Amino acid sequence: MGWVGKSLRRKEDERLIRGNGLFADDDTVEGMLHLFILRSPYGHARIKSIDTSRAETVPGVACILTGADIEAQCDPFMQLGPEPCDKIVDLPLAVHKVVFQGQPVAAVAASSPAIAMDAGQLIDVEYEMLEAVVNPEEALKDEIVIHEGAGTNRVWHGVFEYGDVDKAFADAAHVVKIDRMHFHRFAGAPLENNACVAEWTRQGEIEFLCNNSFLGFAAQLLAPGLRVPIEKLRMRSYDIGGSFGIKICNYVYMALSALASKKSGGRKVKWSETRTEHLLAAGHGNERTFLDTEVALDKDGVVTAIRSRHIDDCGAYTRYEPLGCVIWSQVLPATYGVRNFHIDFTQVLTNKGPVAPNRGYSRMQHLWFMERVIDICAHELGIPADEMRLRNYVREFPYETPNGCVYDSGDYPAMLAKAKELIGWDEWQQRKEEARKEGRWIGLGIGTTLDSGTNNFGQAQIMNPYLPFSGNSEVCSIRLDFDGSVIVTMGSGPSGQGHETAASQVVADELNIDPSMIQVRPGFDSDWNTFSGHSGTYASQFAVTGLSAVHGACQKLKKQMLQLASYMLEAGEEDLEFGVGDEGPQLAVKGTDKKINYWFLSNVANSNNAVLDESLADVTLNVRHVYRPPFKVPDTGKKFGNLTLTYAAQLHIAVIEVDKDTFHPKILAYAAVDDCGNLINPQIAAGQVHGATSHGLGAALMETFNYDEAGNLLTSTFSDYCPITSMNIPDIEYGNIETPSPFSYNGAKGMGEGGGAPLHTVSAAVQDALFDEGLIVTESHHSSPAIFERLQAPNRKTAVRVESR
Amino acid sequence: MSQPVKISVKVNGKRYEREVEPRLLLVQFIREQLQLTGTHIGCDTTYCGACTILMNGLPVKSCTVLAVQADGGEILTVEGLEKDGKLHPLQEAFSEHHGLQCGYCTPGMLMSAFYLLQKIEEPTHEDIRKGIQGNLCRCTGYKNIYTSITDASKKMREGA
Repeated sequence: MGWVGKSLRRKEDERLIRGNGLFADDDTVEGMLHLFILRSPYGHARIKSIDTSRAETVPGVACILTGADIEAQCDPFMQLGPEPCDKIVDLPLAVHKVVFQGQPVAAVAASSPAIAMDAGQLIDVEYEMLEAVVNPEEALKDEIVIHEGAGTNRVWHGVFEYGDVDKAFADAAHVVKIDRMHFHRFAGAPLENNACVAEWTRQGEIEFLCNNSFLGFAAQLLAPGLRVPIEKLRMRSYDIGGSFGIKICNYVYMALSALASKKSGGRKVKWSETRTEHLLAAGHGNERTFLDTEVALDKDGVVTAIRSRHIDDCGAYTRYEPLGCVIWSQVLPATYGVRNFHIDFTQVLTNKGPVAPNRGYSRMQHLWFMERVIDICAHELGIPADEMRLRNYVREFPYETPNGCVYDSGDYPAMLAKAKELIGWDEWQQRKEEARKEGRWIGLGIGTTLDSGTNNFGQAQIMNPYLPFSGNSEVCSIRLDFDGSVIVTMGSGPSGQGHETAASQVVADELNIDPSMIQVRPGFDSDWNTFSGHSGTYASQFAVTGLSAVHGACQKLKKQMLQLASYMLEAGEEDLEFGVGDEGPQLAVKGTDKKINYWFLSNVANSNNAVLDESLADVTLNVRHVYRPPFKVPDTGKKFGNLTLTYAAQLHIAVIEVDKDTFHPKILAYAAVDDCGNLINPQIAAGQVHGATSHGLGAALMETFNYDEAGNLLTSTFSDYCPITSMNIPDIEYGNIETPSPFSYNGAKGMGEGGGAPLHTVSAAVQDALFDEGLIVTESHHSSPAIFERLQAPNRKTAVRVESR
Repeated sequence: MSQPVKISVKVNGKRYEREVEPRLLLVQFIREQLQLTGTHIGCDTTYCGACTILMNGLPVKSCTVLAVQADGGEILTVEGLEKDGKLHPLQEAFSEHHGLQCGYCTPGMLMSAFYLLQKIEEPTHEDIRKGIQGNLCRCTGYKNIYTSITDASKKMREGA
């Protein structure tokens, strides 16, 4: 007993450290075809003609797809949003017009990747360049309409109003006004690019081995798009080389592999994306602009109300959007007790890469906004950043937010105290003062964030009341196989989170056996493994949804095992105990030498059942459990309801020195304290914190998707995008507290996304370092050139106004 | 298309003779022709290091070397680290200290670390940072990778 809570070495590692993983691109068979996708070099252009005749003559080419083929064989992918989203024609290839750089225009399947690429370059596409719109506020003017059928670029608008905002402003001691803030565009950039092997068999079935990370959802989009019943799809993943949410949206490209297989007579077709294709078109994180923010505060600096206008830029297609227009409201007040809100939220299309739900999806942007609000108000009112937070933190749990979400548990002041201790807060404050005297720019910044997990898909109905999605689920099946081995399958399809290990830990405790005696089947497999429509790895939920399903399945299996063993051993169920004996896992009669091992149990259930009594007819030793969190459909009119089950929290502190010659923001010290409730596998949880911290630091300091006015992506290789390396990342002091969730059976909270904490923390520290230079941080990206430019025209006088009574 | 070229390469101690297109990348040769798919491709611009292997004892990014350049040479890939059913101390340490999550960067990371420990028996924290600066990891934040390499170097010095 007691495997849960231990840092058990991961089962997945056995194959991965030997190079024996099975990533989608590893699946190579003799005679398979390779797909090359020809993509638009322009951000916005009309396709005047496509001539494939030269490409067709290249030896080794099996087939070529163009928009005309696609239009004849596919239906546009379902868009989740209401009008005008449903008027956006989203097909795997552009037909009449391209709307972002990197959009697929044609595809070639050939006997080798090189031949496919050679032929692709012989496809002659004549474009008529159109003016592009990359600025979201410009796009809202609809002077350039990206999707003509939709008639407008504005894809969603809603007002989120709670409490009595006018009264709070009338009663305020201080009102702080912030003109404009901007959260930049970046992405998780998993090291494995998108890849997919598809085979459209002559029996009309389509088999996918891919790295999509939400296959329960992808199947529901691909089947109608490809005009096949969903049962014809075999959806499969094995090892996935990171996803960070981005790989949720690669179904668009999976369709191309399938269509090329169909057109080539059922040959297997592999598509492997290049890094540049990935950066151009695989999916970016949402970019967001916050305008006309007004903050009401009482005389003590307690925030009482916030008014603001948010514009989210989703790039050229909506796809998983406009879900992000509601998802952020899972963390409406962040970690603070603000009760009155008026947020006017708009989402707009631009000629940039479409977004995908990137790690910290939509909440991270809003949490950054809230942390900037708290921090700017603190600086303007002369309240220390730590004190400002202590005055505003939510302290009583469970806590119902103004929009009906329930924060399950937490202790933000304890996290702050722990992070201050880890970093040596008081000593750094002193060193900062001394450095200031020498004219050096050192700042300390705090970021407090939430990682809301296990989402209620009912929130999708706030975005589109006609959408038939709500609740959430994950599934586990567990069986004793013929030889008595314990086989577990799940629908989660992880991408590095160690689900095989964590599930084994839970089963081992339930059956009182060793985790090595349990086989958890890797990946997602719609034929072999179990799944539901919510199955996937996303939204920080496995520790709750996945493990609750595993736990529930164990209870069902144990019940049957007890029934069967009781019959076989002629003993009462209450006298039986689970454990391991000389012949492996077994059930034994307590205090006797009577026992039956798993092989015998399985044998009588599966192959020797004439010995059984009729009363055991339902005993199959093969059970399935669906975990459904206790959600209701939210009140869509009031935008009110519980949108997530658990709220993990992060508290980070950074000490940053901005070099006065190079303007490089160097991190001198960094602490990350996490609370995800009870830990299942502490080493895996810590690893997720390190990884999320690294992503956030990369985004805050280095990584950005920059577009020029014509819609050209200027950072489309790793050399330009600058993912964070071992030379750029500071040493991170990691700490943890555990406030068990009352809403999960195991007290765990879903985790892994990390709330984008480093973005908030770095912004806060840079502002602390440069506030005396007249700088208010209103941007989330802090490269040296960006800091240099901002210091040329310090913005404090124009960016912020404070009215005090 | 140019005429195929015959090459002879020793990979993980085994000699292979193959005809390859002159433009075939070494990583494609290793993955597709030899079916050693432990070596991965992450960027095609020599940035990410997922394809790192040892060629004639030196670490190279095999996405930027042609297969024909390896003719007559010796190559070590991740599949060659395990000896007689015994994992290399680096492989043990990466698993022990959770130095991998998705495992996609791991083969390249192991090969860079392998070279580092051949060059420097007792690397400092800075040595390790520099030793793996050409290998991106998007999952771990590198922290547990440093711990893994430090621990492996200790075990190797102790002769484990």
